[in-house]
Parts: sequence; C-alpha cells; structure tokens
Amino acid sequence: MTTVTSETDSGLFSLGTRTFDSRLIVGTGKYASMELMCDALETSHAQVVTVAVRRERLYNEQGQSLLEFLDLSRYTVLPNTAGCFTAEDAIRVARLGRELLEQLGNPGANWVKLEVLGDKKTLLPDPVGTLEAVRELVGDGFEVMCYTSDDPITAMRIKDAGATSVMPAGSPIGSGQGVLNRNNIVLCLELLKQNDPTYPVIVDAGVGSASDVSIAMELGADGVLLNTAIAHAQDPVLMASAMRHATIAGRQSYLAGRIAKKLYATASSPMEGAISYIPGE
Amino acid sequence: MQIDLNGTPRQITAGATVSKLIEELGLASQACAVEVNKRLVRKAQHTEHELAEGDQVEIVTLVGGG
Repeated sequence: MTTVTSETDSGLFSLGTRTFDSRLIVGTGKYASMELMCDALETSHAQVVTVAVRRERLYNEQGQSLLEFLDLSRYTVLPNTAGCFTAEDAIRVARLGRELLEQLGNPGANWVKLEVLGDKKTLLPDPVGTLEAVRELVGDGFEVMCYTSDDPITAMRIKDAGATSVMPAGSPIGSGQGVLNRNNIVLCLELLKQNDPTYPVIVDAGVGSASDVSIAMELGADGVLLNTAIAHAQDPVLMASAMRHATIAGRQSYLAGRIAKKLYATASSPMEGAISYIPGE
Repeated sequence: MQIDLNGTPRQITAGATVSKLIEELGLASQACAVEVNKRLVRKAQHTEHELAEGDQVEIVTLVGGG
C-alpha cells in the first residue's frame, strides 16, 4: 500500500541526467501574450519547457522577447528543431539552440527536442532524416529527445541510435485529436522499455484535452509534452491546471494498476441479504 | 561590402568581425547565436571571426515554440 503524501505524488521523473517532480512538459508557443504564457507555465507546474530557435528580428522592434519573460532559473529549457525538414537543418538548429542556452547558463543546453519533418501539411516526422540526425547529434554530445510517429519499430531504431528519450506523437502536432492509436503507444512502451524499464517515453503532440493526457499516462508513458491544448484553450491558465492534474491522475492510475475489463457487470453491493426480488432466483 | 544577413542583403564595413556586426545591430547585451555559411560561430570566436563579401549570416534567438 502506498501512502500518498501529496497531490503531486506520482514519483520522480528522470530525463537524461536530470530529475523532475513534474511529468508534464509544456511549450511556450502560440500564447496571446507573454504574461498569459508565464501564468499558464506556472499553473502547469511544468519544470521543462520547450522553445524554438528563430531569426533575430533585426528590423522590427515590435513584439516582446521570450527571454525577457521566461524565468530561466526556474525552467530547464528544451530547444526544438521545429520547422526543419532535413537532418542537416535540424543539426544546425540544434547547435544554435545549444549555443544560446550555454550563453544563458541553462541546464537544457545539451538537450534538443529533435523534429525532422517530412511534410508541411501533416507535420509528420521523416523517419529516415530523424534517424540520421539522432546519430549525428548523439555523436556531438547532445541528449536527444526525439519526436517521432507512433510506429513502434521506428521508435526502437531511434532508441538504438542513442536518443535519450523517444517521444511518439499521439496524433499530428496541434491537431487536438489525442491518442489515436493506443495500441501503438503500448507497443512503443513495451519495445522501448524491454530490459530497460526506466527508459523515458514521452507522448508528444496531438493532445487536445486533459483526458488525452490521462490516457497517455495511464498507458504507461513517463510524461506528456503539449503546447497548443493549453495555449489555444479559451482559458489557458485553467487548462494548464487541468493538464497538471490530468498528468498526476493518469500516472497514479497507471501505478495503482487498473482492474481488468469484463463483459458483464460485477455488483459492488452484496447480493446476500438483499430483501428484493432477484430475477432467476 | 555586402553580406546576406538573416535572408536580407546588408552593407557592412569591410573586414568586420562577428562581434562588430552584433554590436552594430545593438545585440551585444543579449544572447544570440551566429552562423556563417551554415556553420556555427561560437561566442568565443566572435571577436576573431572576420566576415567576407557574400557571407550568409544567420543571427538567431529563442522564441516561443512547442
């Protein structure tokens, strides 16, 4: 019997060389304002946040800078390679992200959320380019958290190539469709954790609502990474709270061990001593 | 001389270093990462790395992303 000591008691989460209390990783994109983003991040209790690497706006002084708002002492920053369609570009962007985070003294400097995309409309990953980039970046000292499809064999190849974490998508990025193929996520988890039960697997992309997060966590994922579901909710701060609790609920439910599904009912109240007429008895 | 800076042509002083360019752009006080011709030029090399005519320079920062 476990003693639940706090609301957040769902065990520590190790990712690469770092350990966290929170299993929810959130993005910093698409918020209506930086202030709203800060409130949502705080409410989510996430300790890891993703960012993108983009050209400095040299001729446009308008707009707020993320770095003026994001409390770097509070978060481990995971820079992504979003928008890269070749291994070469993803490697360049990863190195630029590391350079920036080293200058900022953030522990996420050696980390990269690798995305090598295969198609602009679906943003589905290119497995060949992804594998090529994983090998190169691991050789260059990166801890690679790798976005991939929910294909279990691709997931295994990415792990074999040295990725620190494999992050299968529940459904396409920003689609809000949740975990479309639970069986594939279960197979990913089984193959990736075979003889290596602590290997971190994070469901990344596709989350639309809190129940999607709980489902991913109940399947046995170590964490969930999401952005749009909070940033574009009607009330992002409230949704951040929902996502926080859904992550904990899903994890605790997984750890607690669910009952087996049965076709027929099993009464919760005893039949013995019932004063009522019972059909067939 | 002319370089290509973040996808736009720009005139800079001949022989300017990466540091000099960053200073001219008013970015010296903030974190920025620089690539010249698709190769990262690390901060420690900014003062030595001289730019050449036609160099493709990218100066990037961190923005919100998922």
